[in-house]
Amino acid sequence: MTDTTYREAIRQALLDGMEADRSVILMGEEVGLYGGAYGVTKGLIDLFGADRVIDTPISEPAIIGAAIGAAMTGLRPVAELMYVDFAGMAMDQIANQAAKSRYMFGGQIGVPMVLRTQGGTGRSAAAQHSQSLEAWVMHTPGLRLVMPATVNDAYHLLRGAMEQPDPVVVIEHKGLYTLKGALDTARPDAPWGQPATRRAGRDLVILTYSRMLHESLAAAERLAAAGVEAEVIDLRCLNPLDEGPLVDAVRRTGRAMVVTEAVVTGSVASELAAKLGELCFDWLEEPILRLGGEDIPIPVSPALERGSIPSADLIHDTALWLVTRKAPSWAA
Amino acid sequence: MTAAPLANAGALARYRMMRRIRSFEERVGELFLKGGSAGSMLHLSIGEEAVVGLTDAMRDGDSFTTHHRGHGVFLGRGGDPNRMMAEIAGKEDGYCRGKGGSMHIADRALGHLGANAIVGGGIPHVVGAGLTYRNRGTGQISVAFFGDGAMSQGILYESMNMAALWRLPVIFCCINNQYGMGTRVDRSAGARDFPARAAAFGLAAARADGAQVEAVHDAARDLVAGAREGRPGFLEIDAYRFFGHARMDKSPYRTPEEEAEGRLRDPVATARARLLAEGQAAAPDLDRIDAEAGAEMDAALAHALATPPPPLSTMFQDVYAPGTPAPRPQAARLAAILAEELRA
Ligand SMILES: Cc1ncc(C[n+]2csc(CCOP(=O)(O)OP(=O)(O)O)c2C)c(N)n1
Ligand SMILES: [Mg+2]
Repeated sequence: MTDTTYREAIRQALLDGMEADRSVILMGEEVGLYGGAYGVTKGLIDLFGADRVIDTPISEPAIIGAAIGAAMTGLRPVAELMYVDFAGMAMDQIANQAAKSRYMFGGQIGVPMVLRTQGGTGRSAAAQHSQSLEAWVMHTPGLRLVMPATVNDAYHLLRGAMEQPDPVVVIEHKGLYTLKGALDTARPDAPWGQPATRRAGRDLVILTYSRMLHESLAAAERLAAAGVEAEVIDLRCLNPLDEGPLVDAVRRTGRAMVVTEAVVTGSVASELAAKLGELCFDWLEEPILRLGGEDIPIPVSPALERGSIPSADLIHDTALWLVTRKAPSWAA
Repeated sequence: MTAAPLANAGALARYRMMRRIRSFEERVGELFLKGGSAGSMLHLSIGEEAVVGLTDAMRDGDSFTTHHRGHGVFLGRGGDPNRMMAEIAGKEDGYCRGKGGSMHIADRALGHLGANAIVGGGIPHVVGAGLTYRNRGTGQISVAFFGDGAMSQGILYESMNMAALWRLPVIFCCINNQYGMGTRVDRSAGARDFPARAAAFGLAAARADGAQVEAVHDAARDLVAGAREGRPGFLEIDAYRFFGHARMDKSPYRTPEEEAEGRLRDPVATARARLLAEGQAAAPDLDRIDAEAGAEMDAALAHALATPPPPLSTMFQDVYAPGTPAPRPQAARLAAILAEELRA
């Protein structure tokens, strides 16, 4: 067990994965000499050489497409999209090619590749560099989707992704790279595919993932001071989703909210609220609430950007109401 | 390519514009250091000022799109430094009301159809603008400005093909500063003759020395004239990116020697030396131009720092056209659910 950062944990996962399996290659813009736009792949080109750590031209469809072809023929590519927003350039390769090959070809041709990317707000990077597009991925059968929120998960979810027989999209959060935490390379926070309970509580359950886990935990801390015990569950692996533990928690507490950073309309939060609403209807005391980003593109101005996503305050106030019916000031 | 003798007024005006761009970009760097910029994704066009040779060959009514390193292009087309700097600071009286920032400045009135943070994203828009001008017979042209990095994007080739096929009044301008982030062009391009690629699509194609604004201007004038007649063009401006990719980048992937050599290819200093050598201007005149540009951009910086940020509620404006209900704020949605439940 060592203390390290989210960034370092991802780098360690790539390094260990490449050492464990010679067929693993990295490819993407600036992953080699530059060391990654966020410094994640620093030095890997020196360790593994330019045949395995491949700097590509700025050609997103061909980066993903070439990774698909390499995966079909025996390599295990970890392709990087520098920003998840650039999926806009490459969505055909992601959704029509990688996701559908196994199915269309009757199970003959799998695509064992990883697509690493990062999303989210926090750097005033504006509308084309700040989105949370996990719903695009989740809406596509054939893709697996994981989103690490902790240092340990940054390592284990990526290692796990590198062992999957199907394409896995790993969406990191640009605001978490400097997060510090403990890494135990021998022990994941939970088995691959399952959610992790980050805090136990009896009064309500907060379902979340990625950076909003930390806002949710901060809110839960304050809720505890007010006598409200919130359970906080980190989804980790969003698709396929292991809904059993979520259903149990919602039925046990009768109150739930889903907290994410993505725009709410058409979101993962909407999907979860609907799914759990169907499965837990008779157990619910209150509607399952969705907290997410406002239904707007991300503005560049720092205060507007911050104001466009949920804060610990908003989570706290909403949770407090769900449990105590004490209306927050902004709802008066 | 050797440039024709300087046409006095034009060459001096181009010098002034390049100096304004240089001063502006230096103030953007200061804005960042003072903590006044919206974020750190600020891409300075220092070293690329000779783009003025093309912006100066365009005329009122022509439109353009730029990449993420587009401050210089827009100043060249008449952009207001105050509103630009305010936008870079994310302020309400910026060009885009603090929504877009450095990478998304636009000004419909001046034909700026938008700066883009997706490499290649703005290129096809000039094809569409060209269609508008062709179909309406307006005589306008539209110019896409982008970097060498976009030479790797398929959308450029799709766009060039359409422009040639439909004989559109369009120019594709590649500002080749030798780098896409940390990747030098020899590491991103299998064949480096960019004009040859464009020529293969049927465009009139040229390369100009980015250290010499007058050489750029000569090439640009011909291409612009051709484009107005329905012969689309391609211009590569061969330049050097003086500083890091964005404000946080110290360029560890290139040597100080290479940088020193690259910075010798300075279009501002080159133009100054030439104006003096050819007796077209005296040193005190050029000094005055320099000082005026500095003072103007100091004022823009001060303005950007002083002017207020947009109120929070503005985040819901402009998602859709006026008259369409704005997206409902989350707090309002939650409050409505809450009120309903409390009634129950
Ligand atoms: C589609 C897309 N891919 C990647 C990026 C990340 N990125 C931003 S700028 C840049 C380099 C662009 O180089 P170039 O086109 O030469 O422009 P320059 O920065 O040199 O002006 C890259 C890779 C992006 N913004 N958009
Ligand atoms: Mg470049």
